[in-house]
Amino acid sequence: MSNSTKYADLKLVCYHCGEDIINEDIIEQDKHFCCHGCKTVYDIINKNDLCDYYSINQNPGINQKVKVREGKFDFLEDEKILESVLHFKDSHQYHVVLYLPQMHCSSCIWILENLGRLEKGIIKSQVNFLKKEITIVYETQNTSLKSIAETLASIGYEPHFSLNDMKGKKAKNYDTSQIIKIGVAGFCFGNIMMLSFPEYFANSEFESDVLKKYFSYWNLALSLPVFFYSASEFFISGYKGLKQRFLNIDAPIALAILMAFVRSVYEIVTNTGAGYLDSMSGIVFFMLVGRYFQNRTYQTISFDRDFKSYFPLGVSVIEQNGKEKQISVADLKVGDRIKIHHNEIIPADAILFLGKATIDYSFVTGESLPINKSIGEIIYAGGKQTAGAIELEVVKDVSQSYLTQLWNNDAFKEERQKEKNSFVHYISQYFTYILFAIATVAAIYWAFNDSSKIWNAVTAILIIACPCALLLGATFTNGNMIRILNKYKMYVKNASIIEKIAKIDTIVFDKTGTITEQGKSTITFQGYQLDKEQEQLIRTLASQSNHPLSKAIVSHLPFYKTFPVKDFKELKGLGTTAIIQQLEIKLGSAEYVLGQLVQPQHQGAKVFVSIDGECLGYFSVKHAYRKGLENIIQQLKGKYNLNILSGDNASEMPYLHGVFGDKTEMRFEQKPEDKLQFIKLLQEKQHHVLMMGDGLNDAGALKQSEVGIAINDNNNNFSPACDVILSGQSFHLLNYLLEYCSKQKTIIYSAFVLSLIYNVIGLYYAVQGELEPVIAAILMPISSVSIVLLTTGLSAYYELKIKRSDKSQIRT
Amino acid sequence: MSAIYVMIGASLLLAIGFLVAFIWSVKSNQYEDDYTPSVRILFENKIPKSKENNKTNNNQTNQKNLN
Repeated sequence: MSNSTKYADLKLVCYHCGEDIINEDIIEQDKHFCCHGCKTVYDIINKNDLCDYYSINQNPGINQKVKVREGKFDFLEDEKILESVLHFKDSHQYHVVLYLPQMHCSSCIWILENLGRLEKGIIKSQVNFLKKEITIVYETQNTSLKSIAETLASIGYEPHFSLNDMKGKKAKNYDTSQIIKIGVAGFCFGNIMMLSFPEYFANSEFESDVLKKYFSYWNLALSLPVFFYSASEFFISGYKGLKQRFLNIDAPIALAILMAFVRSVYEIVTNTGAGYLDSMSGIVFFMLVGRYFQNRTYQTISFDRDFKSYFPLGVSVIEQNGKEKQISVADLKVGDRIKIHHNEIIPADAILFLGKATIDYSFVTGESLPINKSIGEIIYAGGKQTAGAIELEVVKDVSQSYLTQLWNNDAFKEERQKEKNSFVHYISQYFTYILFAIATVAAIYWAFNDSSKIWNAVTAILIIACPCALLLGATFTNGNMIRILNKYKMYVKNASIIEKIAKIDTIVFDKTGTITEQGKSTITFQGYQLDKEQEQLIRTLASQSNHPLSKAIVSHLPFYKTFPVKDFKELKGLGTTAIIQQLEIKLGSAEYVLGQLVQPQHQGAKVFVSIDGECLGYFSVKHAYRKGLENIIQQLKGKYNLNILSGDNASEMPYLHGVFGDKTEMRFEQKPEDKLQFIKLLQEKQHHVLMMGDGLNDAGALKQSEVGIAINDNNNNFSPACDVILSGQSFHLLNYLLEYCSKQKTIIYSAFVLSLIYNVIGLYYAVQGELEPVIAAILMPISSVSIVLLTTGLSAYYELKIKRSDKSQIRT
Repeated sequence: MSAIYVMIGASLLLAIGFLVAFIWSVKSNQYEDDYTPSVRILFENKIPKSKENNKTNNNQTNQKNLN
């Protein structure tokens, strides 16, 4: 303790994890540690000569105050579970991919890739940092997955196993064929262009006819992979569209590519010209790049998590003879007696049988304060036990639980009526009709004047006027917008969502965790006035405990000085006590501190305080609303219908009324099912609904709404299935971000107008039947590049508004 | 002039070699993770034996100034 006074102006941080050292300062070899856990990890790393871990980054470790329970990975010994987790196996080598959510810096990569030095039998370990995954190859004679998992946990990287892993091999989330198609098209485009240069500049005095032919046939050979391989998706999609009697944008593009190819082959074979193979392969290349840019997926973000990603893989079942056995959660039956340890998630609705249950439903509802349950009460699946081990009896199957049955709803079953077609397709339809009209008129004109030019004119019109510039405009606009939204931590699932956001007229907010901040609360003290000395006594005690309420109290009280702590005791689910400065301090529930039950009131949680047996009052902990909430609502009020759905009681209603005004409909005590129904009801009234939620209980509503936005405060990826993930830090920009999305149409229209200009120039030559390949070869790249520049410029221009408001909000 | 027939054929063959190399690199998942290798390349391969060396490096990182 003397250290805290010695370094009066220095803040001590843990050598391992970088957290402030508040209580005891553990010193070894001149290094300070905040807890024994961190020191143990240091010892392991030091013993194995892996101290480079600490020199790559400062304090790279993961805080070890919360220990991983022994035997937590026993379920990995079960053959069936092991089988489902492994990626690949042969006689003596197993390959496994583990998800390590704790991975955060380059030191992590280093130590994880040197895992073989810690655990014999690991042949290779390779990290994918963005996905937070590690691929491990190990020998079965020397080690087991259980022991690997334990080793990882011992140095702070506890692997996360969820029921989702049971499905076995995960689908590859990146498509190599798309990249190869672009590569092939780009390669052929460049070479055809090069081989066409003599043709462009030589006019009629081409060196020799043989040479000309030689170049043409090379071009033809190079165009084959473009036509048959790279461009195949346009033909397939165009054909599919026609089969469903919908003329999508790919159909006229496929027609233009086909026309260009056929005419070029004809010209080359009959030796009448050089064809348009350069323009054709160029445009295929640009369009493929545009599509790729628009559809790039974010490896780090998952948009389709369901309850399976939250639930554990294995669970301990207590058999008749009293022995514990590990089984897969999927095999859990009604009537099974299960044991849930500290910090484990309850996999199925169950009745509490033994132990003290304090359930943290923050995954499920966003509610950060744990709820106490007593024996005989039903505990819903999805909650996390935070007060030691309990025993439960399962009353419902995993898939029939209160929470999980939501996924049996129709909203999840039907593939959600075919994605609505983008307005781009409708523009392209008009475009195509006009194009056909022009081609017909030109054909008729030439039929009367010079019938030899019909073929030339019609094919040239169809080639030059394909809506590829429109497609380019749309894909690059979407790609740019997604990229910029990303910058403001708004992650959009795909481009069609941006268009949907523009149509929204109703916004539904969830309350807890969405408009209130997750894990943050306002604290007020009711009772006697506390003096400085008392405040520090309470703070010292609270800082010993890991309970969320204690943490909230620590951050509420100002730091002044710490005292030595004696006889610290934490009774899980009740409270904590210790002797500090010869005074017995108690913090906890009314039952614990006062020794009597107080009628529970629905006003958030209360923590009672007593010093030396005298109760001084209580801390009342309430949710804190997000910063700038009132501002945001003011901005949104005029534009959208606002609604609030809350799983909570109506205690906050007066405040919300003040902020949202009278027009807002508020519903409290809503079950997940009710939320979904409410959205449906709005949709039946022809509203376009945007749902904002955060927890699994909003999952149904998020799915049912046109656009579901999940708010995420920490970056650990745990957000339910949705269309958009918005970081809590960007909540204050909500209005501007939505406005930005509505600019998408403007940008695409501008690109469309620009492309029309090029089309008119091209058509001018085409209708005369005199489209020289060189004109096409100049127009195509110019129009493509200028459209890319225009869309990039416009999306950056509209971004300025978000940027400005972001800055001004930070200043205020 | 006849050299050009051979040269163009040869240059294209060479270029196709690069295309094949590109396709191979995509297929062998070299583009799957475009971040980790950039960090990995900076790690040193040596196995540190001298512990005193480490100590002096790390001592100063242990304390952070309040300001």
